[in-house]
Amino acid sequence: MPVEVRLPTLLRPHVGGAASVTADGATVGDVFHELIDRHPDLGGNLVDDDGQLHKFVNVYRNDDDIRYLDQLDTKVADGDVISVLPAVAGG
Amino acid sequence: MEGAESFAAPVLALSGDQYRAIVAHCYDGLPDEACGLLAGRVDAGGEPTGQVTTVYPCTNADASARTYTVDSRDLIRAMRDAETRHDELVGVWHSHTHSDAYPSDTDVRQAMEPHWLYVVVSLRHAEPVLRTFRIRDGSVTECEVVVTDS
Repeated sequence: MPVEVRLPTLLRPHVGGAASVTADGATVGDVFHELIDRHPDLGGNLVDDDGQLHKFVNVYRNDDDIRYLDQLDTKVADGDVISVLPAVAGG
Repeated sequence: MEGAESFAAPVLALSGDQYRAIVAHCYDGLPDEACGLLAGRVDAGGEPTGQVTTVYPCTNADASARTYTVDSRDLIRAMRDAETRHDELVGVWHSHTHSDAYPSDTDVRQAMEPHWLYVVVSLRHAEPVLRTFRIRDGSVTECEVVVTDS
C-alpha cells in the first residue's frame, strides 16, 4: 500500500523537487528501498553503507521517531506518513 | 570591528524574555553544550524575517561539552507546535562553553538549513556573548541581533 514520505528541502532535488513522494512497503526500510530504486541519489542520504538509518537524518512514522520504534523495521500501514528531517547538530 | 554594512539579512529580533531564556538554558546545560530551536515568521521566499515568536529549549542528545544534537523528539514537537501557530522553525541556538561565539568547523559542516539563523552563545567569559549567522554552502555571514525590552 502506498505511504506518503515527506522530504526536507535539502533532499527534494533528488526527487525532482517534490516535497513529498509515495512508495509501497510494509516497513520504513521497504518504503525507502523502493524510493531509492526510483531515485538512486537519495540512497546515501537515508541509509548508510551498513544499511542502517543514516545518522544525519531523523525519520518519523507519523510523529514518532523510528529510532525509538524498530528502526528501519518499523511497520507502516495505509495512511501513515513518514517524515524525514535533517538532524540539527554541530559542535 | 565590523560595521553594520557587513551584516547579512535579516536582523534577529529577540525580546528580553527570549534572550534570557536562551542564555539561561545555556548556563543550565553546563558543563555540556546546550541547544534549542527558534520559530518565527518567514517571507514569501521562505526566508526568516528575523522576528522570533517562540524559543524552544531542547535536550542535547549528545550530552557533550564538544558537540550538540537537538533531540529528535524535541525537534518534531517544536516543528508541529510552530505549524499550529502558522510559523516555521527559523533557526537553532547552541552554546560554546569554552570558545568564541562563532560557528566551529563542525557547525559549518553540519549546517543543513540554508534558510536558518544559526545562533551561537559563548560562555567562555564572565558575560555571555550571543551572535547569529547564516551558513550557506560552507560560507558564514553574521546577522545583526537586536534585543528589545520586554
